[in-house]
Amino acid sequence: MASGKPYIYTRDGFMVGGFLFGAHKKAMGELVFTTSMTGYPESLTDPSYKGQILVFTHPLIGNYGVPKAKPIHGTKLLGNFESDRIQAEGVIVSECTSGTKWDSDSSFDSWLKAESIPGISGIDTRALTIRLRDHGTTMGVISDDRKDMKALDRYDYESINFVEMVSPKKPVYCRIRGKKPKGTIAVMDFGAKNGFINDLMSLGYDVVRAPWDSSAQDILDLKPSGIVYGNGPGNPNLLKEAIATIRELLGTGIPSMGICLGHQLTSIALGGKIRKMKFGHRAVNKGVINRIDGKAYITTHNHGYALSKRDMPKGAKILFESIDDDVVEGIIDKKHNLITTQFHPEARPGAWDTQFIFGTFYRMMQNGRKKA
Amino acid sequence: MAGRKLEAAKGSKVLLIGSGSIKIGEAAEFDYSGSQALKALREEGIETVIVNSNVATVQTSYASADHVYLLPVKSRFIEKVIEKEKPEGIMMGFGGQSALNAGIDLSDSGVLRKHRVKILGTKLIGIKAALGRADFKKLMESKGISTAPSLSAKTEEEALSAAKKLGYPVMLRVSFNLAGRGSFIAKSEAAMKRGIERAFAQSKTGEVLIEKYLSGWKEIEYEVVRDKFGNAAVVACIENLDPMGVHTGESTVVTPAQTLDNEDYNNMRSVAIKVAEAIGLVGECNVQFALSPRSRDFYVIESNPRMSRSSALASKATGYPLAYVSAKLSLGYRLYEVMNEVSKATSAFFEPSLDYITIKIPRWDLTKFESASSSLGTEMKSIGEVMAIGRYFEEALQKAVRMLDIGEPGIVGGKIYASDMSKNEIEKALKGRKPYWFLYASKAFSTGFSVKDVHALTGVDPFFLEKIKGIVSAYEKERSAKASPKIGAEQYSRLARMGFSEKQLSIRQDTYVKSIDTLAGEWPAKVNYLYTTHSASNDDIKFRKVKRKALVLGAGVFRIGVSVEFDWSSVSFARALKKGFSEVSILNYNPETVSTDWDIADKLYFDEISAETVKALDKKEHFDGIAVFTGGQIGNNIANELSRSGMKFIGTGSKGIDMAEDRNSFSAVVERLGLKQPEWCTASNMRDMGKFVDDVGFPILARPSYILSGSSFKLIHDMEGLEAYARAMQRVSQRSPLVLTKFYTDSIEAEMDCVSDSKSVLGIGMQHIEEAGVHSGDATIATPFTSGSRPYEDMKRAALLLSSELQIKGPFNIQFLISGGNVYIIELNARASRSMPFSSKSVGINLMDYAYKAIFKGLGLSGRFYEPRHRSYMVKSSQFSWLQLKDAYPVLGPEMRSTGESAAFGSTLNEALLTSWLGVNPNHIPKKTAMVYGETNVGNLEHAAREIGKLLDVVTIEDYPIKGARQVSKGKALDMIRAGKIGIVMTDNDMSGKDYMLRRQAVDLNVPLVLNGRLAAKLAEAFNEYDGYAEAKEMKEYY
Repeated sequence: MASGKPYIYTRDGFMVGGFLFGAHKKAMGELVFTTSMTGYPESLTDPSYKGQILVFTHPLIGNYGVPKAKPIHGTKLLGNFESDRIQAEGVIVSECTSGTKWDSDSSFDSWLKAESIPGISGIDTRALTIRLRDHGTTMGVISDDRKDMKALDRYDYESINFVEMVSPKKPVYCRIRGKKPKGTIAVMDFGAKNGFINDLMSLGYDVVRAPWDSSAQDILDLKPSGIVYGNGPGNPNLLKEAIATIRELLGTGIPSMGICLGHQLTSIALGGKIRKMKFGHRAVNKGVINRIDGKAYITTHNHGYALSKRDMPKGAKILFESIDDDVVEGIIDKKHNLITTQFHPEARPGAWDTQFIFGTFYRMMQNGRKKA
Repeated sequence: MAGRKLEAAKGSKVLLIGSGSIKIGEAAEFDYSGSQALKALREEGIETVIVNSNVATVQTSYASADHVYLLPVKSRFIEKVIEKEKPEGIMMGFGGQSALNAGIDLSDSGVLRKHRVKILGTKLIGIKAALGRADFKKLMESKGISTAPSLSAKTEEEALSAAKKLGYPVMLRVSFNLAGRGSFIAKSEAAMKRGIERAFAQSKTGEVLIEKYLSGWKEIEYEVVRDKFGNAAVVACIENLDPMGVHTGESTVVTPAQTLDNEDYNNMRSVAIKVAEAIGLVGECNVQFALSPRSRDFYVIESNPRMSRSSALASKATGYPLAYVSAKLSLGYRLYEVMNEVSKATSAFFEPSLDYITIKIPRWDLTKFESASSSLGTEMKSIGEVMAIGRYFEEALQKAVRMLDIGEPGIVGGKIYASDMSKNEIEKALKGRKPYWFLYASKAFSTGFSVKDVHALTGVDPFFLEKIKGIVSAYEKERSAKASPKIGAEQYSRLARMGFSEKQLSIRQDTYVKSIDTLAGEWPAKVNYLYTTHSASNDDIKFRKVKRKALVLGAGVFRIGVSVEFDWSSVSFARALKKGFSEVSILNYNPETVSTDWDIADKLYFDEISAETVKALDKKEHFDGIAVFTGGQIGNNIANELSRSGMKFIGTGSKGIDMAEDRNSFSAVVERLGLKQPEWCTASNMRDMGKFVDDVGFPILARPSYILSGSSFKLIHDMEGLEAYARAMQRVSQRSPLVLTKFYTDSIEAEMDCVSDSKSVLGIGMQHIEEAGVHSGDATIATPFTSGSRPYEDMKRAALLLSSELQIKGPFNIQFLISGGNVYIIELNARASRSMPFSSKSVGINLMDYAYKAIFKGLGLSGRFYEPRHRSYMVKSSQFSWLQLKDAYPVLGPEMRSTGESAAFGSTLNEALLTSWLGVNPNHIPKKTAMVYGETNVGNLEHAAREIGKLLDVVTIEDYPIKGARQVSKGKALDMIRAGKIGIVMTDNDMSGKDYMLRRQAVDLNVPLVLNGRLAAKLAEAFNEYDGYAEAKEMKEYY
């Protein structure tokens, strides 16, 4: 990028200037905001942010630096990042701070530089957030050249398959060490977060991260005790083949779990409908209620598409519902041996109040395949 | 909710216990939480009863509760109320530790069971487990929650051996107490022995905990809400900048936490909820943690299963009304059934997200106390606190420093920054934990200290120190740039973002208004909870053009002399204004208040009370009127500047305010009107002072003409004393002349609280029990005025003449001195006064309502003076916080030192006096030997000894004996106090250097201490006349 003053330009004609940090380059993507006040290393490495520029509503970001990568379970899986790299296209903050902590490896700014991701600071992120809330999510570009606004017209987040950019090209085997595995869990990896892979391995299972376009047979060949449809970026309605594969796999009665995008894809596979939200849920502070026992939980969210109550797939029941709006936060389908959550039980960032869902899935796997 | 039975249903009656008089550690935050709880109950159609002796609160009014009992927060008084009101439920979690302790007594003594009163909220077994140090530790261990290595002890020997086992340094904590009373850090066995006696005296259960001192660890606090079905959420996380070892009430804190990563944050969050589960919390609690600065290790330190100072702070910092929600949960609601009252569209089951930074800083007044220790530690000493909101840490911090009102313009550029402190002195100040460490930190950075140095001295996280250092460098850069002709606009806006004031930068900056919505912009707020910032690109709200807009100024930070009384007047007047204004805004920044509840006015501006801020707001709002008189002196101080920029006042104009404030002009007015005043002069050299003293004689009252914070008033008896005082003041403020006033020994001090329409006056007369010379804020005040009709007529005449001369519209207070049948005018304050809630409630009116009437409609008294009829006596007694102010010498004098007050009605003066005195901590009816001694006011002390002698054994000190009492040596007297044989100590005046140990020992061991002969005499009479069991009559039964 040249040395002009950097701006954020949006497709709907809004512009605001700031200061560049991180990599000095342009970035384009869907502008979304998160209200999570901590956990920026986890958020930015979450593959679900592929194709998006992330606005942090908390004004100070970078306070504790960025930790040294810490592999876990004796594998290459990183315990303190959600993937191996920053996935968001760009970062918008009020202030980029240069704090460090006993376990940090670099400052926030130098991490973005090393990862070649630009950030812009000095922005009234509250004003921007309220704009996104009122006008809905829009496309934006961080640039010093007004002409780049034009390019936004050609860029359509909803029609891009981001999943293929973040999904592994071939199966990745995550084997637990030191103990005999209880079996194998197949994860259809649409951009899965390390967090729940970690949680699944903690149940005592080997995990295989299968490419998003694996066939049903590919998955069944792994002889999985359970199948997990994980999170990922973008529009679920684009992933027609994956949905067909999921439909086929659900028919086997193997215990299954859907998380976030996985929840949306399984819902479509069972006949539900997923629609784009005005500005999505990206937060760690949202309440959901378990319809069965009336208990409520604080949960982590990161999604721009959702299942509404009127769009429920037939045969499935609402397991979790949002307290504040119409969003179905999880379903249960006994016939297909499936539970799902729109939220992230692995959190990261966020509260660990719904970790018990992995326990539920564990019991489902112990009970085994449902005979049709 | 359908079909589910609530704990207290519509039509039932619930009693709420308040927190009593304000003391260090229990301030007006409990007026806020109690008022919110009462509101939550009223919404349910529940009849409410409040018991609280703190007359200055908003909650002790019929606007807040259905039945108001101005009685001491003590189980036997509450029992009487229970017998009379027969409530179905009781809430004891909204009045601080005082309410909780009273509630526990009521339960333990079987009163609640006998009258079938249900405890609403957390069950007592859980409360006790949380507050007993050993029980808490055991409970935590049983749930697998780690607490700091510690051992409990019930005797001195146990404590010493525990400390030895753990290894020094250790920290000693006390069970069931507040504000860290009695706690300390001991680095050696000798230090342990020094503090242990006092510690045990402060423990309700005779138990203390010896804990390994976690030096340098961070202190983090979580606020948890939980319903009886187990649904829980964490509403706020507060990070202390000061490390472990500094009481959280003494710490500078930031919300939300700034240096925690996701793992730290959620590790502790999960445990906080586990702690709440273990206690069986229903409502709200805080959980305190110690977090290692070098690893993920952390320990649970303690939990308070009630509304607390920090929960009030958390409510203000997040906008989440914790007390309101907690009250609903106590009734049996599910958390998600309660509405988020801010968005009015989402549920209260969520965790607020903040898109701003809040910083709380305590305010100390330690210099007012002779020999008080000025090192911050495990016991709370601060009197008040401020909270600042900004989009940047620096902005919030610098705002907060200005809000303290200690004369500092921000982190840099003030007295300390400009001082010539040596490196050694700076180091000592930082290491010795002097109040306002951040000012010494900036001084340190300006003289070349590194962040590492200051971190080593203070234990403050380098992240925050870097921020302070950044302010210093920006300031220094600007200063050097100023010398050169041009400094760029960009640099100025950078400085403005760092929270420098326009005044300090001498350039105007754009101000923007942002709102607090609990959800970081995700949902629109339906309430107007607002703050200003220089770091934004637009306003959050649109400024509607409405017919009439008013702004009411709050009282700002509480300090000695400014407390909940002025919050009462701000709230009362804001409510009164609603009658004639379509939009009323409040400006205040004190999180411990009702006025900063976004529910009081149409708009709450949580921001600095400065001319700069008011002007910036006025530019957007175009107020039709500003009420500066409500918050006490703070408003009057900026009145001139506001008036110069053309702002319209509600009430007395700035000319009238000025004339009353300026000593010379006021004196001229008094003279012109033919009224009397004590002789006075200003003098800057000994010759002039000598001449004045030759004319009027000693004693005289001296003070500097510019009042500085800290000890400055002094009663002087001879030339030697005057010279010493003049010398001392010379050092403090060079060239500022002294004001000397003739002092009338044995005179009566009287006051009138009034409102006027500048023609007529509605007023309420009062008189002090103590003679003149005791600050009116410390005196015991009685109403009605009963010292003769001649003086009363003179006082009325003076009120009428002065109000018309100064063109007073609204409230004012006059102080009088009555000597030899003459009435002298001491001063007039053209604003709300400290005693107005008291005088109002004594006759069942609200002077702020009448102020509204006087200003906008006229009193309709056709030039007369009118005093509403008194049907009973009312007395307010002052609450001192000697115990918290370690090493301070307890004394009454012309300098105010009390922190709060307690009031009561009675059918006689003595009955009202006794009940109000019992509302003050640690007072109780003495049952053991009384100790009476002194050198002054001997007649009254003798009377006191005689009266008490009818009930109890009386001893006196052989060096300062009182007739008729058994003489003991000073040493023996000390031993008797220490051995718990003394039930009350009565003395008079300043005897510092003679009885320091006696007074201090009494205070440290919770022995009631009476510091004035006249008060002692009246009290002794009252002990004979009444048994202390006042009848339970509610406020309106006295009208």
